[in-house]
Amino acid sequence: MERKFERLQEIIESHQGKVAHLIAILQEVQEEYRYLPEEVLTYIATAMKVSPATVYGVATFYAQFSLIPKGKYVIRVCDGTACHVRGSEPIHFALRENLGLTGGESTTGDMQFTVETVSCLGACGLAPVVVINGDEVHGQTTPESIVGAIKRIVSLEKQGESKSPSETGCCQNA
Amino acid sequence: MLNSRVELDDLKKKALLEISRTPKRILVCAGTGCVANGSLKVFELFKQLLAQKPELKLSVELDKEDHHNKTSAHISGCHGFCQMGPLVRIEPRGTLYCKVKPEDVSEIFEEHIINGRVVTRLLYQDDNTHSPIETQDEIPFYKNQLRVALANCGRINPDDIEDYIAHNGYQSLARALYEMTPDEVVKEVLDSGLRGRGGGGFPTGRKWLFAREAGGEKKYIICNGDEGDPGAFMDRSVMEGDPHRVIEGMMLAGYAVGADEGYIYVRAEYPLAVKRLRRAVETAGKYGMLGENILGRGFSFKVNIKEGAGAFVCGEETALIASIEGERGMPRPRPPFPAVSGLWGCPTIINNVETLANLPSIILNGAGWFSSLGTPTSTGTKTFALAGQVAHTGLVEVPMGLTLRKVVFDIGGGLRDGKVFKAVQIGGPSGGCLTKDHLDLPLDYDSLQKAGAMVGSGGLVVMGEDTCMVEVAKFFMGFVQNESCGKCVPCREGTRRMLDLLTRITSGAGTEEDLLLLEELALIVKDGSLCGLGKTAPNPVLTTLKYFRSEYEAHVRDKKCPAGVCKDLLDYRIDPSLCKGCGLCKKNCPADAISGAKKEPHQIDPEKCIKCGTCVSKCKFGAIVTN
Repeated sequence: MERKFERLQEIIESHQGKVAHLIAILQEVQEEYRYLPEEVLTYIATAMKVSPATVYGVATFYAQFSLIPKGKYVIRVCDGTACHVRGSEPIHFALRENLGLTGGESTTGDMQFTVETVSCLGACGLAPVVVINGDEVHGQTTPESIVGAIKRIVSLEKQGESKSPSETGCCQNA
Repeated sequence: MLNSRVELDDLKKKALLEISRTPKRILVCAGTGCVANGSLKVFELFKQLLAQKPELKLSVELDKEDHHNKTSAHISGCHGFCQMGPLVRIEPRGTLYCKVKPEDVSEIFEEHIINGRVVTRLLYQDDNTHSPIETQDEIPFYKNQLRVALANCGRINPDDIEDYIAHNGYQSLARALYEMTPDEVVKEVLDSGLRGRGGGGFPTGRKWLFAREAGGEKKYIICNGDEGDPGAFMDRSVMEGDPHRVIEGMMLAGYAVGADEGYIYVRAEYPLAVKRLRRAVETAGKYGMLGENILGRGFSFKVNIKEGAGAFVCGEETALIASIEGERGMPRPRPPFPAVSGLWGCPTIINNVETLANLPSIILNGAGWFSSLGTPTSTGTKTFALAGQVAHTGLVEVPMGLTLRKVVFDIGGGLRDGKVFKAVQIGGPSGGCLTKDHLDLPLDYDSLQKAGAMVGSGGLVVMGEDTCMVEVAKFFMGFVQNESCGKCVPCREGTRRMLDLLTRITSGAGTEEDLLLLEELALIVKDGSLCGLGKTAPNPVLTTLKYFRSEYEAHVRDKKCPAGVCKDLLDYRIDPSLCKGCGLCKKNCPADAISGAKKEPHQIDPEKCIKCGTCVSKCKFGAIVTN
């Protein structure tokens, strides 16, 4: 826990504790912990000398922030207009079914996968689009192709080889 | 470090000479679309092949000095024809290879680069004649376009400032700093008739005038790169493909209104754009194009990059300002307008990426040139993101006033898979749906406004006959309801109630009174909301109610979805004359709703059927029908 706050303090200090940088600070903190735990939000508020409500208000306003832990692989199904009319719903359905997500669940019990929808990733020419962990873009997907991609990740995980998600068969950014 | 216009011109000459001495330039598209299709692997292979052929004096090194007469390989920004990616363009001829796979690289290299023969099988094929077309400019998708904001996208290396400078980069800034007063720059933009490309269509020059006249020491320029409209991606392409142009546009704005600092606000969903912009800002600083006393003319400018955190409403200018200030991105009442009191209370100009990308060409070629393009009240060109069920998806830039038909059919190649044109959704959640009766409508601010739609950011989603317009309206309402910030009641509560009504209609529980209530509510939300999000949110509903009313009526009166989309209104059954009794549907049905003996026609139990459509996709004989 102590180490946790140490890193937090570093991030806040790198922004000189400026309130205008609150969003950037939260982004970096989330990068570090994969979500924003409550005690971390309280710590940020105290360290930056603003009310916990201010920090909590910002953290809950933006879709990027999550107050609950996410899986190791965050799968975002684009549901922009172009993807929607080209069938993003069956893809979303197939993913959830394959991973056994029911009801309001978005993360698998073993904390491996989180499935969420996102309104437009701006890759409409490739609709329907699914993005895994931010920069692994799968274009012109079908329910079968995306389930196949998940299976590859699962088998790599089983072999214990999966060091970086981008090695799972697609691409990285330039 | 460039300290004067002369030094900039010298560098331009040097960079141009470098390009002319390169007999062949290989440009591999590295936009998000092509990267997703594996273009970086293609690029790596070209680099490897070039490195393996030292005897040919070929090189891929980006070190300019000692590689005269050598073929070079670069990455480029988005070419716009995303569907055909990965795209590889070979200069100077402009040969365009489509859908290049890693295994094709050695053939292109051997044949085209070494032997000078075009690899026909990888060229684009004409839709009708199927004959190959060699150069980019001859392909119908490009031939009917006129690229101003996108001029460099796909033609230069976005990470190389010298490539930008070779292509007239920073020349407009030099012209402004050396030949024009700030007032003259404002006047030039006013005279050009340029209107905001982010949706509003407010005259850019007039906005600048307000900020120029506003007092105060400190002023800001904000580049709005929070392109949140689902179905629009032109700003992403410009930021990824030509980041220096955006910076140059901001500097022109800064010089004109007297600002020395700018912010680029980019969506967090565009990681590649963020990366390229950061690199561009850094290199521009190194070359002295950003910082103090630029080109020795006493003008200073710095650029900061702010990443958004996923809120559609932040595309609204006052919400965007709140977000840069580190707060919840909620809009503030206007007036005061940001041009008078914006970021931290200082006069602030917020221009969209595409608006800024037009500025260098306006200053360089003059207001007269720009206003000669397009229509008298909508001058210049506009980029549209063509997507949906159209044959060729991608980014197109055309003069304002071109008809919808030209864009969808001549450039977009009509509908894919033999579908029939039904509607086009233009302008995202703020825009509206237009029908085939609007195909000859000129695409400009005023004509679209009259039809109940808007140019918006330029998303153009084509829909075929199997798209349910009520479901589309529900889709957009779900989007805005989710993105409504909750500050004002009409938007927060009104969109929720409208979504409830639409959900009821698509589930078969709607009544004719619901249609009247929906329309009434739409007008209240439109009139009473605080910001542009709420004011325009009812547009998709209002336009579909206007142009596709019979489809709504079918849902509420006959409890039918004519397009066969709304699940609750569908009945699945098996046509006994087509069913071979193979049992595939029965095996795959998740609800055990299908029964029947082997080789006998099967049946679906409507009580058990969950209408998931699995059987339809599994049946090889087309025996499962819906009504």
